[in-house]
Amino acid sequence: MTSTELERLTPAPPPGELVDSPRFQVSARTSLTNTQQRANLKHATTTIRNKRARVVGEVADWQALRTAGEQIKNRVGRHLDEYLLEFEKNFTEAGGIVHWARDAEEANRIVIDLVEQTGEKEVVKVKSMVTQEIDMNEALEAARIAAWETDLAELIVQLGHDRPSHIVVPALHRNRAEVREIFLREMGRYGTPPPDGLDDTPVNLAGAARRHLREKFLRAKTSTSGANFLVAETGSLVVVESEGNGRMCLTLPQTLISVVGIEKIVPTFQDLEVFLQLLPRSSTGERMNPYTSIWTGVSKDDGPQAVHVVLVDNGRTNVLSDPIGRAALRCIRCSACLNICPVYERVGGHAYGSVYSGPIGAILTPQLRGLASDVDRSLPFASSLCGACNEVCPVRIPITDLLVHMRHKVVEAKKSDPPHIPHTAEPQLMSIASWVMADGKHLAWAGKGTALVDLILGKGFKVKKFGPMPYPLSRWTDARDVPMMPEQSFRTWWKKNRGELA
Amino acid sequence: MNAKDEILARVRSALRDVPGNVAVAEDSPVDWKYGQQVDVGDVIETFIERVIDYKATVIKCPVADVPAEIAKGLKALEVKSVVIGDGVDEKWREAIEGAGAKLYIDTPGQQLSALELNEVDAVVSAAAAGSAETGTIVLDHRPDQGRRALSLVPDSLICVIRADQVYSSVPEVVTKLGPSVKEDGLPLTWISGPSATSDIELSRVEGVHGPRNLYVIVQE
Repeated sequence: MTSTELERLTPAPPPGELVDSPRFQVSARTSLTNTQQRANLKHATTTIRNKRARVVGEVADWQALRTAGEQIKNRVGRHLDEYLLEFEKNFTEAGGIVHWARDAEEANRIVIDLVEQTGEKEVVKVKSMVTQEIDMNEALEAARIAAWETDLAELIVQLGHDRPSHIVVPALHRNRAEVREIFLREMGRYGTPPPDGLDDTPVNLAGAARRHLREKFLRAKTSTSGANFLVAETGSLVVVESEGNGRMCLTLPQTLISVVGIEKIVPTFQDLEVFLQLLPRSSTGERMNPYTSIWTGVSKDDGPQAVHVVLVDNGRTNVLSDPIGRAALRCIRCSACLNICPVYERVGGHAYGSVYSGPIGAILTPQLRGLASDVDRSLPFASSLCGACNEVCPVRIPITDLLVHMRHKVVEAKKSDPPHIPHTAEPQLMSIASWVMADGKHLAWAGKGTALVDLILGKGFKVKKFGPMPYPLSRWTDARDVPMMPEQSFRTWWKKNRGELA
Repeated sequence: MNAKDEILARVRSALRDVPGNVAVAEDSPVDWKYGQQVDVGDVIETFIERVIDYKATVIKCPVADVPAEIAKGLKALEVKSVVIGDGVDEKWREAIEGAGAKLYIDTPGQQLSALELNEVDAVVSAAAAGSAETGTIVLDHRPDQGRRALSLVPDSLICVIRADQVYSSVPEVVTKLGPSVKEDGLPLTWISGPSATSDIELSRVEGVHGPRNLYVIVQE
C-alpha cells in the first residue's frame, strides 16, 4: 500500500484513462487467457440470455413493441431541442433545478459545486452509466468528496479496485469466491466490516452488502443518480432498479443530483408503457424489475427537497450529427446485445476500453469519443458481424450496419492522418487493390501474375499451399493455410474453352 | 454562449437534415396503439400467480376480512412495530394495534427520521394500481400509502390492493396513473416482488436493501 492510496477516501480504480487502452484486439488476447473470467462470463451470459428469451417469448406483440421503441426514440432524436426545453420547463415548474453540461469536465464541476454547497463530504450513488462515462467518482475524489457506489455489483467493482465489465451487471466477470475475498479484504477499510465467518453464498454476500451500505444510506445527506428516462411532457425522471439501493438514494437524502445524458428523453408519460415493457425483459430477463421510481421535481413532504438534474452532452450531439450513426442514441442500456454476443461472451467488457462494452459499445464509444485513439479506431472491428445483436435490440438499432459504417469512418480517418503517422499497410494494400479492380486490363495483368506464381512455386517447387509465414503475413497465416494459386486465370480458361463466344 | 444555448445550437446544427416545417407526428410517426389491454385470462388470478412468482406471499379476501388478514400477516412475519401513512384506514390501524404491534403514524411535519424508520419492522400500505401480466403493484404515495421511504426502509411490506385496482397490462396501469403524475405531481414507485439482486453469478437473491418480505392482500 502506498501513502497516496492511504490518503484516498474511496478505493482507487486501476490507474490510467480508459481512452488510452490498447487496441481491442490486443486487450482481447489478454482477456482470452483469463480462464476463470471466461468461465464466469459463459455462465452468466448463458443464464441471462435464456431468461430473456423466456420472458420475451411471453409477449405476443413483442415485435410491435420494438418498433414502437424505435419510432419513439427516433422522434426524440429528430426533435431533441424541443423536448429538452419542454423537459426543462416542466421539471423547473415542479421545483427542480436544471443544469446543462457541454462535456465531462463541466458536468463534474457542476456536481462538485452542488455537493460543496451542501457542505457534505460524501455522496451515495445510484448506479449510472453516464457518471462512469464522465469519471465522476474520480473527479469527486480529487475534490475530497467520497462517492460511494451502492449497487451490489458496483460495490464489488469499487471495493475490488476494478472497472465495470458490463452495462447492467458490472461485476459479471467475478464469481462468488472472488466477491467474498474482495469483501473480506476491503469492506472494513471503508465502513461496516463483513460479518464473521462470511461464506460465499450469494445470499450471505448480499447480506454483507446490505449491512455495509445501510449505515451509509442512513447518514447520507446528498446523493447522485442517473436516469433511465426523462419525460418531457411532465418533467419526470425514471430510475429502474432491482435492489432498493436506488430508492434509498432517491428518497432518504436531502439533496439529489441526477446526471443524465440528453438522449434519455421520452416525449410523453404514456410512452413509458413501451419502455417499461422493453427494458426489464431485455435487460435482466424479468417480466418487471423489482423497483421503478418516478419523480417530478420536488415532492412536498416526501424525499429530497433540493432536486437537480445535470443534462450532459459529452459527445452526444456529435453522434446526432451523423444521420446513420445517430441510431445508436436510441440505446436504452439494456445490455441484451452484450449478453447475446459471441465476442463479448469470450473476451468480457474490459477489452473494449470503454464503459460501454459489447456491440453497443463498439458503435457508440467511437462516436462519443471520436476516432483519435487506437482503441476507438479498433472498436468497430470488435465483431464478427454475426448480427445476433440486431435481433435482440429492443429499439431495433441495426448494430451490424453501424459497425460497417464506423469501419468506413475509421478507414477515412486513417487516410486523413498526417503522413508521418505510421500505421498498418492496409491503406496501401487497398490502394493497390483499387488499382487492380479499376480496369479490366489491370485485372487481366494480375491474373497472369498469379499463373506465374503457380508455374514457379507450384509446378517448379511442388508447393501445394502457403503455410505459416513471417510477420506481417503471419497475422493471416497463423490460423489459415493459403492454397496455391491456380495455374490459369479465369480469363485464360474462358479464352481456351469458350473462345469462340468471346 | 452559455452551456444550454451551446448544446441546443449543437443539437440544431446536428439535425440539419430534419425538415423544420413538418409536424412532429408526421415527421416521425409512432404506430403503437397506447393503453391496450392484454389477454391474461383471469386478471386477478394471473396477478396473484405472478406476484407469487417473485416469492411474495399473497392472500385474497373479502373487504370485511382485511383487518384480520393484516393482523395475521404481522404475526406470520413476527412484526413488533409498524409504520403507516396518516391516511390509512381506521380499521387497519385498530387491527395493527390489536395484534400487539407498536404503531407509528408518519405525518407531514412529524415524520420519522431515517434512523427511526430503520428500527421499525414493517409498513402497512394501500396501493394505487396493479398490473397482472407483470405482477406489479404501483404506489402513488397518497396518505393511505405514505411517503416513499415508508415502503422501503422497514424489512417487511404489507400491501393491500383492491381487486378493482388490478389491470391486465402495464399500458393500462400507465394510463390509469397518468393523472397522479400529470395533475397531482405525485411520485410513483413500481414494486414487483421483494427487493432482489442477481449481481453475483446471475443468481437471484431476494432481499437486498428494500423490504425482504412482501406480503400482499388482494381485497375482493
